Amino acid sequence: MSDSYIWGIIAVMGLGTYLTRFLFIGLIGDRPLPAWVLRHLRYTAVAILPGLVAPLLVWPAATGGTPDPVRLVAGAAALGVAYWRGSMVQGVLAGASLFALGQILT
Amino acid sequence: MVSSPFREGMAKGFPFVVILVPFGALFGVLATEAGLTLTQVMAFTSLVIAGASQFTAIQLMVDDVPAAIVILSALAVNLRMVMYSASLAPHLGPAPAWQRVIIAYLLVDQTYALSQSAYDDNPAWSLRDKVAFFAGTALPVFPAWVGSTLIGALLGAQVPESWSLDFALPLAFLALVGPMLRTRAHVVAALVSVTAALALAWVPWNLGLIFAALLAMAAGAEMERRA
Repeated sequence: MSDSYIWGIIAVMGLGTYLTRFLFIGLIGDRPLPAWVLRHLRYTAVAILPGLVAPLLVWPAATGGTPDPVRLVAGAAALGVAYWRGSMVQGVLAGASLFALGQILT
Repeated sequence: MVSSPFREGMAKGFPFVVILVPFGALFGVLATEAGLTLTQVMAFTSLVIAGASQFTAIQLMVDDVPAAIVILSALAVNLRMVMYSASLAPHLGPAPAWQRVIIAYLLVDQTYALSQSAYDDNPAWSLRDKVAFFAGTALPVFPAWVGSTLIGALLGAQVPESWSLDFALPLAFLALVGPMLRTRAHVVAALVSVTAALALAWVPWNLGLIFAALLAMAAGAEMERRA
């Protein structure tokens, strides 16, 4: 990674993220967004995060891309507990404990 | 004792520190291991202040993905901020310009969610009260994020290999997504995202992720429209 690559990404992401936050509060004001736009924006996070995480979980680089049962089970536990309890912290704790246990046992 | 909106905001924002500290520290560690300098890590975290998108970017940077795709993917994670901005604009839009400039900078998941629900619960609040509450929520959240990233970046090199930190990111993201699956439309969007991302993994430059995200957004929106 070159310095210009890293700084370029930091600068554009910083500016881009700021503009998404500033857009309505700072520029457009209280004119409401069309319903169809809001409908799509509501799903941006659940549309990209699962897609990003899936290959990391199914084909982990640490195992040379071979599916690892311990990671799969721990990942499922993290998602399941976080969903069930509505808590990210509890999800991470559940997944991390199972992963640690799996590392010790295997 | 009269409770002011500012103090109320601070009290509501404080519990989020518990979540932000490990998340921020993890970003510091992973970014340092990816090869960023301390200055770069801190600039990243304080200019972007959006955890999930920062992790997305770092993951793709490690994979040597072209900068344009890294930015596109990471900004896609943050598009929801447009919705936050639009939904707070009727409340905070009348504030002086310099306040709006700062509010936009501090508009993150936690400050948004808390403010939105407080404004709904307190329709009698003045503009001053609303701004004060928002500032209150940001006060514990922002330093916790930046400070924990710094700690993580300083610890970075000392985390032993045997901890398998490669798994920390998928774990954190899965736990982050869990509570977001509030409706059937959210679940469908997530499933489409996973399926399409795996099926399109062969697409060069990680563009498969962008296509998967677009399909998933459309699927979620369509499910919601039909419901």
